[in-house]
Amino acid sequence: MNGPLERSAGTRIETEDFPVVYELSRPGRRAWSLPPVDDSAPTLDDLIPEAHRRTTAPPLPEVSERDLVRHYTRLSQRNWAIDVGAYPLGSCTMKYNPKLAEDAAALPGFAGLHPMCDDGLVQGALELLGTLERALCEATGMARLTFQPAAGAQGELTGLLIMRAWHTSQGAVRRKVIIPDSAHGTNPASVTLAGYNAVEVRSDERGLVDLAALEAALDEDVAGLMLTNPNTLGLFESDIERIAAALHEVGGLLYYDGANFNSIVGMVRPGDMGFDIVHLNLHKTFATPHGGGGPGSGPLAVSERLERFLPAPVLLWDEGAEKWRWDHDRPDSIGRIHSFHGNFGINVRAYTYLRSLGAAGLRAVAEHAVLNANYLRTLVTDVLPTAHEGTCMHEFVSTAKGLKRHGVRGLDVAKRLIDLGYHPPTVYFPLVVEEALMVEPTETESKETIDGLAEALRQIVAEAETDPDLLRSAPVTTPVRRPDEARAARHLRIRWTREG
Amino acid sequence: MDFLPHTPADLAAMLEALGIDDIDDLFHPVPEPVRLGRDLDVPPPLDEVTLAAHMRSLAARSKGVADLVCFAGGGAYDHHVPAAVRALAGRAEFATSYTPYQPELSQGVLQAVFEFQSLVCDIYGMEAANASLYDGASAVVEAVNLAVRVTKRDRVVAAGTLHPHYAEVTRTYTSALDLDIDVAAIGEDGTTEWGAVDLAAAAAVIVPYPNFFGRLEDLATAAERAHAAGALCIAVVDPTAMGILESPGAQGADIVVGEGHALGNPLSYGGPYVGLLATKLEHVRQVPGRIAGETLDADGRRAFVLTLQAREQHIRRAKATSNVCTNQTLMAIAAAVHLSWLGPAGLRRLGELCARHTAIAARVLGELPECSIRFDGARFKEIVLETPLEAGELCGRLADRGFLVGPSLGRWFPELDRCLLIAVTEKRTESEIRGLAEAIEKELAER
Repeated sequence: MNGPLERSAGTRIETEDFPVVYELSRPGRRAWSLPPVDDSAPTLDDLIPEAHRRTTAPPLPEVSERDLVRHYTRLSQRNWAIDVGAYPLGSCTMKYNPKLAEDAAALPGFAGLHPMCDDGLVQGALELLGTLERALCEATGMARLTFQPAAGAQGELTGLLIMRAWHTSQGAVRRKVIIPDSAHGTNPASVTLAGYNAVEVRSDERGLVDLAALEAALDEDVAGLMLTNPNTLGLFESDIERIAAALHEVGGLLYYDGANFNSIVGMVRPGDMGFDIVHLNLHKTFATPHGGGGPGSGPLAVSERLERFLPAPVLLWDEGAEKWRWDHDRPDSIGRIHSFHGNFGINVRAYTYLRSLGAAGLRAVAEHAVLNANYLRTLVTDVLPTAHEGTCMHEFVSTAKGLKRHGVRGLDVAKRLIDLGYHPPTVYFPLVVEEALMVEPTETESKETIDGLAEALRQIVAEAETDPDLLRSAPVTTPVRRPDEARAARHLRIRWTREG
Repeated sequence: MDFLPHTPADLAAMLEALGIDDIDDLFHPVPEPVRLGRDLDVPPPLDEVTLAAHMRSLAARSKGVADLVCFAGGGAYDHHVPAAVRALAGRAEFATSYTPYQPELSQGVLQAVFEFQSLVCDIYGMEAANASLYDGASAVVEAVNLAVRVTKRDRVVAAGTLHPHYAEVTRTYTSALDLDIDVAAIGEDGTTEWGAVDLAAAAAVIVPYPNFFGRLEDLATAAERAHAAGALCIAVVDPTAMGILESPGAQGADIVVGEGHALGNPLSYGGPYVGLLATKLEHVRQVPGRIAGETLDADGRRAFVLTLQAREQHIRRAKATSNVCTNQTLMAIAAAVHLSWLGPAGLRRLGELCARHTAIAARVLGELPECSIRFDGARFKEIVLETPLEAGELCGRLADRGFLVGPSLGRWFPELDRCLLIAVTEKRTESEIRGLAEAIEKELAER
């Protein structure tokens, strides 16, 4: 059982503002420790022309190392984390992040590698990437993969540019990409960046792609369809074979958004469902830490016919030399998408996770993720009905619209949940569900945690009737309460200045 | 080894609550024909002891800055990561948290990001920074897109001395858009002759500072010419130089971007790094990605939230300023801690060490027989060394002698196939520079 976000030991209830690092600054204090400059070196005056020389030092804070450590340690304590408690954010797959992966990524033979050095010096790193690529291609049913995309959205753009290159190679100019109305916002944003027009198709009463609407939208101007399966309502698109066939019929390509891959890994492969292009979010399915909003890793996999368009360079096992090397000679490549090789350190963590689990372990991830979501759903569905009937996959979307008659909204449920010791689910997404609460417990939460979360949600629904003010005034256990977001935008203050 | 908590008794109770016999029953929405029906062909699972040994042995098959003296550059540098920075940015409360959408549970990350934005503005002389982008290359791309939106023009002019990877990523990203990218010629001295560049109808100029050859571009002139042509000036700036070089804001830049990995993050074979982006307040509504802002909470206390979210993909969808969602927050937090660790005096010392020790390297290596420094002149922490040997080959041989140098420049600039980059950070000493010179001398003698 989790407690409310604990205040750090010995900290009084805050009546004053928590300081910003600049406010700890005292002239002459320092944390830094760097070598002296060698006496034989020319002076800056000799080296830097006057026009380039800094005349006023930047107004950075001056703090001692002790100040620095206390400040950021205490800041970290003002934050929820997977290592603190349950984090059932729908669509985010906040599962436990194994510690061994952190040790592995910090090894000098990974953390200390220079990205521009000769391939011969980094054979261990390249073998890791090669093995991980093979495993991820096997798990997705794809032929090849690039690790350059640093996150899912960058994977999306890479995939859409490959889609474009494919159609260009077929001598066709197509202008539209179809997206279901339940899709993540990154899909339409990536479509725009890739020079396409996003065409939205509605969901039907089942919460699935409306086949009639889709078929009506399909024509020779459609470059492709981006699909998250299971979708953001936590429902498996069971018409996927028909969708793929209809799209391929008009020459379109099927794009798999891997945001919800956690629920099918080892059970179903996008390639076997008819997908041509797949991105994965390794920071979701492969348990790498989310870092407060990043880094992630969004490798992009393609079927054989699209391989030649992958961003250069592509990893190659050179049989003759018995060495791994980067192949830069890729005339059809869409070009580079990252400064170097993508978020390598994250890929080391994902590899470590993969090697922990093996095939049975990966399948168990999907099984237990789906079990946990359905178990939680049955515990709360009578008080917080799901938007759509029946079995869900790794997450479900409940609606809190029934509480509106008490003057309580989904956000109030979320804030009250904080006081009861849980991070809230995702609220108000997907947009197609009124007062949406999108819940994804993940496979790493225990039955006790899920029972406790269900109990808390049931208690809150009861309180909505008996004591709605309790919900509307929540949370009361956190360092700050209901920050005024409108004020933040109106009185924009996005950097600290002495003037305030 | 897996990370699943359920005991057999838990499983039985949960299945009973669901009224099913087998977890597989829950997968009934998945059509039979598309199911895998076999085990994935992936390596077998390992226990922690065996896996830890495996990872060590894999890591031992590469050579990095722990094995070789690193003079390599080209956009990634062997800077010192202070112990305090590693410890603080490594805290699990930061590392294992999600995007701060619930501000009450995310004041730590939100405030750290607010501090990061403040520090980035301070070093760059700008007014509005975002919460980070993927890397230096994507920061350049986002700056270009920002300038295109602001000016409503469809042409940018990039210095030929821009990092070739940044230029390539910009071309890839914008390949589907109606945008012309012109490249300004590289002058004899390895910088751009900005007075001679045609900026008509340009949305922006892209000025690396220092440039790919380590040289200081005439940023002020580039900005002046850009403004005269109605264009914005995008400066691509190494943050480690900001203690000794005039801020790009003071030199007239409108948007400043950069690769921030050197601030507290290891080399890690090129990622995770962190893209910095800052601009003037007037452009803030065109900025891509997340921004943390200060506000008051229900009790009047200072609090931090994500702000101006109407720019972003989860609200604006197809009309968002960018598709970026997940960024590099943890790297940004490390950068914030590192800049606070340095302070103004530490940042100055850092810059001074780089610039002055690079000058030693230029002198010592330039004196080697048959060797010279190409593009000699005002620079920060990198030089272009020309030798009589094919540069790629020389890099390989020097690695055998314990030195990491390069990259060699022939891949991007065929006429510079005997040239390579040498970077000197605060970690390099005068005796290491002499050691490198001796190694090169031996190579020359043994050729």
